[in-house]
Amino acid sequence: MVSNSLAAQKHYSPNSIHTEKACISIGREDKRIIRLKDLSAIMAEEENQNELVADIAPFDPTKKKKKKKVVIQDPADDSVDSLAEKTENLSVSEGLEATFSGKKKKKKPGHSDLLSDEKESIGEDVDDQPGDDEEAGEIVLQQLPWEGTDRDYEYEELLGRVFNILRENNPELAGDRRRTVMRPPQVLREGTKKTVFVNFMDLCKTMHRQPEHVMTFLLAEMGTSGSLDGQQRLVIKGRFAPKNFEGILRRYVNEYVICNGCKSPDTILSKENRLFFLRCEKCGSGRSVAPIKAGFVARVGRRKAGT
Amino acid sequence: MSDLDLQVPAAFDPFAEANADNSGAGTKDYVHIRIQQRNGRKSLTTVQGLKKEFSYNKILKDLKKEFCCNGTVVQDPELGQVIQLQGDQRKNVSTFLVQAGIVKKEHIKIHGF
Ligand SMILES: [Zn+2]
Repeated sequence: MVSNSLAAQKHYSPNSIHTEKACISIGREDKRIIRLKDLSAIMAEEENQNELVADIAPFDPTKKKKKKKVVIQDPADDSVDSLAEKTENLSVSEGLEATFSGKKKKKKPGHSDLLSDEKESIGEDVDDQPGDDEEAGEIVLQQLPWEGTDRDYEYEELLGRVFNILRENNPELAGDRRRTVMRPPQVLREGTKKTVFVNFMDLCKTMHRQPEHVMTFLLAEMGTSGSLDGQQRLVIKGRFAPKNFEGILRRYVNEYVICNGCKSPDTILSKENRLFFLRCEKCGSGRSVAPIKAGFVARVGRRKAGT
Repeated sequence: MSDLDLQVPAAFDPFAEANADNSGAGTKDYVHIRIQQRNGRKSLTTVQGLKKEFSYNKILKDLKKEFCCNGTVVQDPELGQVIQLQGDQRKNVSTFLVQAGIVKKEHIKIHGF
């Protein structure tokens, strides 16, 4: 890599007399190696991304999470059952889901429930998230996997049970992250050249960020201009798909909302002597964040005579 | 092998920014690759922040040849020289710059959607 960059420096320095062919051949030779590297880099990146965006499941308006389970009440085990039930409800209603609503995960009743619950509390699963808070009123009940049999309890099952009880009595100890739902961006086309981001304000509120800040970021990233209209919608010049907004918002959340320490979106962005600081409400850690710079914006469109 | 490890950028290194700041120029260290929409389905890619030692015209020449697109070097009063290319060449440009050893992968920031 070092020799390569040296070569590049020579090649692209203004007064080099290298023949182009030689340099190109160097480039070619290296290409294959670098491809490989790139691939691994990309893969690693993806892995990391997955990790880091642990609470940011992709937007998917179509796939709304519904936890519906069969209710099988066993009078003998009533206390545990009702307890578990409460726990479930609790986790659903308290779970402000992390950003964009979650993927649906098929669930087998019983056993897998406990398993995934336990995973959830450990906080490593991406796709198993409690639904929106409006969906709290659904039927949620749980059956202990060993019920009706006299087999041995499995470790995971017991672990799940412990976590359920823990969550019931001391939710903060179970390591349950509160999750914030971000609705998918609603986007309309205004004419052929403008795009209207309808629920922009809504999303700013869920992220607890100043709309101006979010707007600056969006516009800088998209390399365009825009403004808020009378109904507090963001009108942007250019044509953009909801997917585009989603990507940029995700980057915004990673950079300006999520706490690096605990991944909580419960943070405050403040400006202290010209620097922006992000302070976490959950763990108290803070970090500075880069100011938003628009960077170079090329002039597009009609040229004026004279310039 | 160690070389390969170096190439792998930690996607979320909390100290990345701090380190970049320590190395002197701060955020200016990054090479920014941006996209801009033009009329219709046309777009424009801009590359800002390459080291001054490089001959922008030579890089541009190779970029144009490689991606079969037109382009130009513009002089910006604040940001210095910026390469402009026709079309969305963000991925292309970034791989090219890394392959040619002009910029390290972790110093490239791709903007846009
Ligand atoms: Zn935190």
